[in-house]
Amino acid sequence: MQRSKISRGVLPGVLAACATLAGCSAWQPPQAWEKGTLARPDMSMGGDALSQRFEQHIYSSKENASGGYGVGGGGCGCN
Amino acid sequence: MNPSRSMSRRLAAMLFGATILAAAMPSAYALDPGQSLPIASVAGSDANTVPLVDGKARATYIDFWASWCGPCRQSFPWMNRMQDKFGAKGLRIVAVNLDTKRADAQAFLAQLPAKFDLGFDNGGAVARQFGIRTMPSSVLVGADGKVIAVHHGFREEAEAELEQRIAEALARP
Repeated sequence: MQRSKISRGVLPGVLAACATLAGCSAWQPPQAWEKGTLARPDMSMGGDALSQRFEQHIYSSKENASGGYGVGGGGCGCN
Repeated sequence: MNPSRSMSRRLAAMLFGATILAAAMPSAYALDPGQSLPIASVAGSDANTVPLVDGKARATYIDFWASWCGPCRQSFPWMNRMQDKFGAKGLRIVAVNLDTKRADAQAFLAQLPAKFDLGFDNGGAVARQFGIRTMPSSVLVGADGKVIAVHHGFREEAEAELEQRIAEALARP
């Protein structure tokens, strides 16, 4: 069976990558109480709070999307 | 293509995909009604311990807050009102702070003094055991030390509902 150099290295290479990435299962996104730095006003993406609320309302009404714009702000304190 | 070569490629792709999925799985924990609390007490402000369930209160409202959390600023006056209103009927409020810096919490408390017990959980160990995923979160515990309800977030619109739940918990025999 003829195997080229490239395909011979695929399976061991992927196995090595799997073993490395398996360490990533220990990774967790930041917990709710760890978002203190993210909650600072300078860490939010939008410049103006009112226009930010307006945009978020559009996103949630058109796409049912929420979050991703900053932490600790108005509303329910979720995300 | 050589069949064994494509087989090993397919196997490699499946292995890779499975690992990615396994790595992406978040671990979830939630406190269900009827469960007991995972922790009995938290640290107090000065090297003392504050019990979460003191055995005397008919209902305990455990709130997890932080100085940087906007809705927490709204919840403190409400919690003060609840303590005033239901304290004599056996309500005990314990607010566990999750700030990493005590100074932040003290600055918050200087502006919004608390009429209830305060706990301090610096590293988030208590919050993790409670499965907190929103700031603020609150757990209403009955006289038997079992969870009645968990509430995520805080909004003015939800105040009446929360007060209703507290009143019902206190009315239980």
